[in-house]
Amino acid sequence: MAVVEFKGKKFEVDEDGFLQRFEDWCEEWVEYVKEQEGIKEITDDHRKVIEFLQDYYKKNGIAPMVRILSKVTGFKLKQIYELFPSGPGKGACKMAGLPKPTGCV
Amino acid sequence: MPKHETPLLDQLESGPWPSFVSEIKRQSEFRHKNAEAMEKAGKPYQIPVDVCDDLLGVLEMSYNDGTTHWKHGGIVGVFGYGGGVIGRYCDQPEKFPGVAHFHTIRVNQPAGKYYTTEYLRKLCDLWDFRGSGLTNMHGSTGDIVFLGTRTEQLEEIFGTLTHEFEQDLGGSGSNLRTPACCLGESRCEWACYDTQELCYQLTMEYQDELHRPAFPYKFKFKFDGCPMGCVASIARSDMSFIGTWRDDIKIDQEAVAAYIGGELKPNAGAHEDDTPFDIQKEVIDLCPSQCMSLEDGKLVINNKECVRCMHCIRVMPRALRIGDDRGLSIFCGAKAPILDGAQMGSLLVPFIKAEPPYDEIKEIIENIWDWWMEEGKNRERLGELMKRQGLQKLLEVTGIKPVPQHVQEPRHNPYIFWKEEEVPGGWQRDINEYRKLHPR
Repeated sequence: MAVVEFKGKKFEVDEDGFLQRFEDWCEEWVEYVKEQEGIKEITDDHRKVIEFLQDYYKKNGIAPMVRILSKVTGFKLKQIYELFPSGPGKGACKMAGLPKPTGCV
Repeated sequence: MPKHETPLLDQLESGPWPSFVSEIKRQSEFRHKNAEAMEKAGKPYQIPVDVCDDLLGVLEMSYNDGTTHWKHGGIVGVFGYGGGVIGRYCDQPEKFPGVAHFHTIRVNQPAGKYYTTEYLRKLCDLWDFRGSGLTNMHGSTGDIVFLGTRTEQLEEIFGTLTHEFEQDLGGSGSNLRTPACCLGESRCEWACYDTQELCYQLTMEYQDELHRPAFPYKFKFKFDGCPMGCVASIARSDMSFIGTWRDDIKIDQEAVAAYIGGELKPNAGAHEDDTPFDIQKEVIDLCPSQCMSLEDGKLVINNKECVRCMHCIRVMPRALRIGDDRGLSIFCGAKAPILDGAQMGSLLVPFIKAEPPYDEIKEIIENIWDWWMEEGKNRERLGELMKRQGLQKLLEVTGIKPVPQHVQEPRHNPYIFWKEEEVPGGWQRDINEYRKLHPR
């Protein structure tokens, strides 16, 4: 497993750049991921998505379906892609520190 | 001198069928030979020159130990899209660095898979330069499949495809996958509608649904021009569009006589069989609804009883033709076994006209999506939602009236649900009223 260092913090990540442990998530991680995910500035809207993903994951142990993410945050899928160009899975879940999406992707 | 010893794979170079091992070896040689020229031309190979050698190496290893050497999953892609690329990493990257990354790119194919060499050459030039040079023509869903490249190349490849070739990616993930069709009217006299056009139009209409996963799970369209099912839509698509007609089969009695007389070969000569054609045995007796007969040497069809199975038309293509009042049937819910068992499509719309701009068809599609997107559980295919909530529900959301054609046979169990408004008095009852007539 690769270890990346950013602003004095160390993160263990897989080949796709996902955090290996949710507990390692911190502000620096968001800053670090921002670069590779095509995001210029972290706005309140980004935060809203990240916070919801984390809450949902802590409560349910899985990432929410896209439909639930849209419903709760009030962001249409189009807006989510505007916020996170790689989409809710590769972009938002990675930034929120959730495990990598699996299945027939 | 090959990079890895591949004694097991080498055995697959013998025999008459085209050998994938020989082909990959040839591509490997080509890359090594061509590397310098590419360098000089200012287009050095963008992924390791020995990618093909390492692919054979890791495959040989799998042949030896009987297990795969690709890691679990992989999430890569291009900005703006949620799918189209299947990430893949080797679990022996030190031994086989050439395939440490080996991502697959799905490229949306033209309907019917007709190509010009000019277009294919362009694709190959790009893929030689930025990928392994290995492909799958095509994936079972229909895409052109580019097999093996590195993450850094994805945006580059996508850029060239879209900016220079006007070519988009295919679908992957929980979305509308790349639609596919049979050759249709391009070269088949049985096509009941323009499968390629409908496939193309719906692909364009639903680009957003194809590129950005918004569904509970994957969803596929396939378009068959007639019930012969040359793209197997009834087995391999959540929504299957199968051409048909609703007037009479057209009979050319002279051609029928020519088949009987032996001048025309049955099944267009598909069988190596010298026994003389027996129309009674090979057509009339095999008709599933027994609606054909021979009267004074003339073939008669009771079209009201015909189920349009295609058998007679297939046996005597020069004598029998599809009707003129054409359209298609829509079937829903086909899927592979996981989770609750394999399904083929169930008939939803017995007949609908298939004419541009296809608004009626789009309405049915969108009604189904509205329902499934709202009610579908995570990773639940349409076919499973139909099982869970019932065909009745599907009919309700699409506004289609139940007809006998919706079932193969009526239910035999009596667990029948009624809606409250259908039952006089409704469900609100008072036990005390009941007790007045029926003491404890």
